[in-house]
Amino acid sequence: MPNPILTIKNLTKTYGENVIFQHLDLTVNEGDTIVIIGPSGTGKSTLLRCVNLLTRPNDGQIWLDDLEITAKGTNEDQVRQHIGMVFQNFLLFNHLTALGNVKLGLTKVKKMSDEAATVKAMRELTRVGLADRADHYPGQLSGGQQQRVGIARALAMDPRIMLFDEPTSALDPELIGEVLEVMRQLSLDGMTMLVVTHEMGFAREVADRIVFMEKGYIVEEGSPDEMFNHPKFPRTREFLWKITELYGKKEKEAD
Amino acid sequence: MLTWLSYFQRFGQNFLRGAGVTLELTAVGLAIGFVLGLLLALARSYGPKWLQRAAGAYIAVFRGTPLLVQLFIIYYGLPELGIALSQNLAAYLALGLNSAAYQAEYLRGSINAIGAAQMQAGRSIGLSKWQTIGYVILPQALRLALPSWSNEPISLLKTTAIVFLIAVQDLMAEGKRAATTTFDFVGVYLAIAVVYLVMVFALDALLKFLERKTKIPGMDIETRR
Amino acid sequence: MDFGQFISYIAQGTVLTIGVTLIALPSGLLIGTLLALLYVYGGKAASRIMNLYSTIFRGIPPVVLLFILFFAVSKGINLSAFWAGSLSLGVVSSAYQMEIVRGALLSVSGDQLMAARAVGLSRLHAIRYVVLPQAVRLAIPPWSNEAAIVIKDSSLVYALGVPEILRRAQLIGASSQKYLLAYLSAAVIYFLLVLLTTRLLNHLENKLAIPSNP
Repeated sequence: MPNPILTIKNLTKTYGENVIFQHLDLTVNEGDTIVIIGPSGTGKSTLLRCVNLLTRPNDGQIWLDDLEITAKGTNEDQVRQHIGMVFQNFLLFNHLTALGNVKLGLTKVKKMSDEAATVKAMRELTRVGLADRADHYPGQLSGGQQQRVGIARALAMDPRIMLFDEPTSALDPELIGEVLEVMRQLSLDGMTMLVVTHEMGFAREVADRIVFMEKGYIVEEGSPDEMFNHPKFPRTREFLWKITELYGKKEKEAD
Repeated sequence: MLTWLSYFQRFGQNFLRGAGVTLELTAVGLAIGFVLGLLLALARSYGPKWLQRAAGAYIAVFRGTPLLVQLFIIYYGLPELGIALSQNLAAYLALGLNSAAYQAEYLRGSINAIGAAQMQAGRSIGLSKWQTIGYVILPQALRLALPSWSNEPISLLKTTAIVFLIAVQDLMAEGKRAATTTFDFVGVYLAIAVVYLVMVFALDALLKFLERKTKIPGMDIETRR
Repeated sequence: MDFGQFISYIAQGTVLTIGVTLIALPSGLLIGTLLALLYVYGGKAASRIMNLYSTIFRGIPPVVLLFILFFAVSKGINLSAFWAGSLSLGVVSSAYQMEIVRGALLSVSGDQLMAARAVGLSRLHAIRYVVLPQAVRLAIPPWSNEAAIVIKDSSLVYALGVPEILRRAQLIGASSQKYLLAYLSAAVIYFLLVLLTTRLLNHLENKLAIPSNP
């Protein structure tokens, strides 16, 4: 019985005259990994920012489990405890070590004791393979390592859903793999994930469903098999072809 | 309130005269400071090691001690060495020597920013070191320095206010005279403050205008104000 | 009077100079930081008022403000010249320090604030635990400059009769007719004070620096 964690209905976001997206509907069920693909600037990042209320949509509703988080009077801070976000530019807290980054939410938001927070934080760092770098500062870590800490930081809050905003776009090619591997493992472990990415190999192998967005609309969505092999719309086929040329082939060669 | 406004009418002419002296002090100090500051900056960027250190020492001393002390040394101390300057001359000298230390830093910063690459370009077409400095580096460096250098005229304008302590008849001196006449120290000095603010605003607007006029298209620098 | 007594008379003023600085600088920091937080995070109306505060208190020569505040304060409350002068300098410094703190807060990228909110931190906590710690480090160099300025500006309170370094130099210079020596001595003491302070703050900056691999 599919259990929707995230439900988006009729979501619209405009910025002045520009319509970023409108009348968007999307449902993410428990344990699903949904990958959103599409040309840059089509509002994918903005969509994610609306989900964790960093940006307010102009119209439409979003539900997290049974709670309508777009309703007036919702405690945004509380909602964000249950939604994890991983940023394209990592956005680690520069003045804290890796351990400190993961602990901050635990001690200040979840009000855990320092010892309990350390235990939990180390567990998450181990999960992403960085337990031995716990006392390093962001400036001392590679991009891939920083991003993995970012993932650990988000995971530590035990979110209902994890949002990934082009998590590997700012990484050197050789560092992309380590991050995608962490994400793949997360997906296998049953985490509910909403991922915006250009990494077609990841989309094809890990996603439960792929959503193709362009110019503020969802053009098509379906299973990886459907989308790659039997897309309904020519635009979908065209985009996937081009992108696969760029990214997908790379993955094939790496095999 | 009305009494306060009447101060402008009553002492307006004196204030204006004092303001004129203030502006004169600023201009002279700025000019001396610029010439000397430029020399110091060039010495630090392109001079031999000993000159670099001497210039550095000058800058450290004049930025590391209060202007007031420098002023007193010049006005009260130099006569002991046979150099007796009038109040105004002492003020010009002190302001100029002090300002030079700060201007040197602004100019050196932008010379360095333009620096090595442009020097290579100039030398590569056959210009001598000093020709390159004169025709290539300085024209760019001076324009580049303008936004942050603009802090200096304004800062200097405010700094001149202390010279009334050696009886130079600037705006503050007029203020002091008016205050002792009316016994309304707070009121008069507030009026003086307003005049200073007006001067600062006007100077600021003038500098911004200059900045716009001399800007080289495509050369964008962060303005630190 | 021998040379040693001469110099030591002036040097004793150091205590008061340091005293003035230790009152002016921290009070300027306290006020400046509060105002800067209001400026950056307080909304449109607050930032406009703060902008006005900054423009006015940085547009008036410090000595003018010193006199205004000194006479205003003496009329109302019974403060010694030392306290009136020190607090006046503190008010002057607060406007400059507000700009320093404001610059530092704005330099800490807005993304840091966003990342903190994304983890669930409230706006207040995000500012306190993520933005401020980083802003402090950015503020130290310009603040070191401001500290040097306050030490030098403390000489202005001589005009209010406070027996700090410059006043003492003036007194002993007059009584011995050795002005040059007196004021040169004063200059040396100020120079050492400024040097010491800058070195100390530089050391602090290095200690607090966030480690990174170049």
